Amino acid sequence: MRAVDAVMECLKAEGVDVVFGLPGGANLPTYDAFYDAGIHHVLVRHEAGGGHAAEGYAKATGKVGVAFATSGPGATNIVTPLADAMMDSVPVVFFTGQVRTDLLGTDGFQEADTIGITMPIVKHSIMIQHPLELPRAIHEAFYIARSGRPGPVLIDIPVDLSRAEIPDALDAEVTLPGYQPTIEGNHKQIRQAAKALAAAKRPVIYAGGGVINANAATELIEFATADRFPVTTTLMGLGAFPASHAQWLGMLGMHGTRTANYAMDGADLICAIGARFDDRVTGKLSEFAQHAKFIHIDVDPAEISKNVPAHIPIVGDARHVLAKLVTEYRALGADSGRLDGWWKQIGAWRAEYPLRYDDSTDSEIKPQYLIQALHEATGGEAIVVSDVGQHQMWAAQYYGFDKPRRWINSGGLGTMGFGLPAAMGAQVGCPDQLVCAITGDGSIQMNIQELATCAQNQIPVKVFIMNNGYLGMVRQWQELFWDRRYSHVDMGEYPDFVKLAEAYGATGYRYSDKATLVDDIRAAIATPGPVVADIRVTREENTYPMISPGAAARDMVG
Amino acid sequence: MGEPGTKELLSLEELDASVGLRTGRKHVLSILVENRPGVLTRVAGLFARRGFNIETLTVGPTEDDQVARITLTVDGAVHPIDQVTKQLHKLINVLKIRDLEPAGTVTRELALFKVAAEGAARSELLEFCEIFRGRVVDVTKRSVLIEITGEEDKIEAFEQVARPYGLIEMMRTGEIAMARGRGET
Repeated sequence: MRAVDAVMECLKAEGVDVVFGLPGGANLPTYDAFYDAGIHHVLVRHEAGGGHAAEGYAKATGKVGVAFATSGPGATNIVTPLADAMMDSVPVVFFTGQVRTDLLGTDGFQEADTIGITMPIVKHSIMIQHPLELPRAIHEAFYIARSGRPGPVLIDIPVDLSRAEIPDALDAEVTLPGYQPTIEGNHKQIRQAAKALAAAKRPVIYAGGGVINANAATELIEFATADRFPVTTTLMGLGAFPASHAQWLGMLGMHGTRTANYAMDGADLICAIGARFDDRVTGKLSEFAQHAKFIHIDVDPAEISKNVPAHIPIVGDARHVLAKLVTEYRALGADSGRLDGWWKQIGAWRAEYPLRYDDSTDSEIKPQYLIQALHEATGGEAIVVSDVGQHQMWAAQYYGFDKPRRWINSGGLGTMGFGLPAAMGAQVGCPDQLVCAITGDGSIQMNIQELATCAQNQIPVKVFIMNNGYLGMVRQWQELFWDRRYSHVDMGEYPDFVKLAEAYGATGYRYSDKATLVDDIRAAIATPGPVVADIRVTREENTYPMISPGAAARDMVG
Repeated sequence: MGEPGTKELLSLEELDASVGLRTGRKHVLSILVENRPGVLTRVAGLFARRGFNIETLTVGPTEDDQVARITLTVDGAVHPIDQVTKQLHKLINVLKIRDLEPAGTVTRELALFKVAAEGAARSELLEFCEIFRGRVVDVTKRSVLIEITGEEDKIEAFEQVARPYGLIEMMRTGEIAMARGRGET
């Protein structure tokens, strides 16, 4: 059979039902195989859109996302999604075409050293050297992408190799002696952790995206409620624990709640699960949680003690470890009454420092209100996909996620332009669910071409642009830390998003009245097909509270 | 301290303060890798990304033709190597890493010295060569080429001896290292 047909067979064997991509010279043979392979291929308008769509698909479904791009510029366009997937541990496999083998290294037409360019931003990459390697390489790629700490894998296929004729049934058994992720946590360590938790008077559970990746939300709730452990999550962990739960403190970090950050600051024991002590979480590292001992549960041993030394390290998959930890903890029969004082303190913080903003007294739409209105209009049941900036932080703060895989955003890399294509991917992966993209007038323009993909394929994402005419987060920093010298952040009223939406074949709306906003959003959601709502919000509103750069968590402002 | 994103200026001293633990000694990392194209780049890239200077690096085949060994030395007084070792473990093609303890390790390096040697200097030099158990592998009227094998210290000592005579050229292979005793490195 043709090598490219074998590629299709391997994709099917891996359970791939949809891929995102854009053809070009170096992957023409592969695209010929797509013609009748029976795999749903979504033609994107830019390879970055395809990469982010694969990420959105993966984050929403938990399955491996797949994208195809050609050599040279196609491959370099997919570099940003690769870096994004690496930072946020997203399981994706990207296939790039490459010039034919006799042209490699000769500056051939549309040649780029894709493997070389992407080496620091992949979990693994494979350059195909011989067509017989293809089936095994593909199965290895999927296995590596989804197992252990998930991440992106790139397969680069020179075009001449993809044109080869290969035997039908090749041995494709995955043998990776250098890759054996630890899944089960060390039992002794887990027992130690349970004992430490039972002795703690001011414990906090600090959960991250690893809990969602491990599909461990149920286990996390069970663990947290095995006693009355207060829970906070990172930006990436939102939805891993229900925002409506009595033990929820809110998100922590730079724009987290004061309660969550103060609790970390005052804790005597912090149990980190699938979280990596990012600088946006810790604030000034030397003053981070100074009274706390740390239990650190992570599937990636390199994360343990990377930024904060762990007293009880546990390497393993969150779901397995939490299940055992609950059993061990229950067996100890700890007295829950020891936490009374801690909860009293937390209650005082909650009462004194709730998330708040000054609502407008006229028809003006405050950005925070927009998120609350979206929550009301969707009953909190939407998959919310965010871009990057102020709108992202407000959505994280005010939407209130009760379930995992309902909040999809670019956390580690902070990629503007992630939102629309990721929403598209999430919608393709979850056709029966409502997918809303929250974006800004800056971010949306970085991958707006995917509106054409949504329109052509009737992918009914509802896009809500929080339009303040600024690169808002940069403007906020210039206001707060650079004496209001607004250097190149004013985007004006360009473009006209309603006309643009219509030109793309989507429906465009413009909203600017607070009084009707909830109904307006309901109307947008009820409109079939892709919709773009240009919502005019307060121009100069700041995202608060905030840990100023370099400050300690207890010194939050706003 | 000036923070990224704010307008406070950084002093140059602050830029120097790096985080992480330093062991204060030389580390010999013995890394078994799959014998495939690009693997060395991945390994070297991990060091480069952190701005670490690799002092010596050797790569060669092992008793198993599917497997190659990279031996590299890094100064633990200058760089915190713990993180980089953990990151190396994450490379799919890396099979095994050992940070060898100096006491339990045999290390060897080969060096070639091309030294100016005329008249009386020549016999002196050859005498030193003998003391260091070196071998003369090439001679001209005005120079000798000497091969020395041994530990880093010995090679450095010979370099000190040879330099006054006029060191025309020196080459060193970088260390290879094997754990003492019956067990595998």
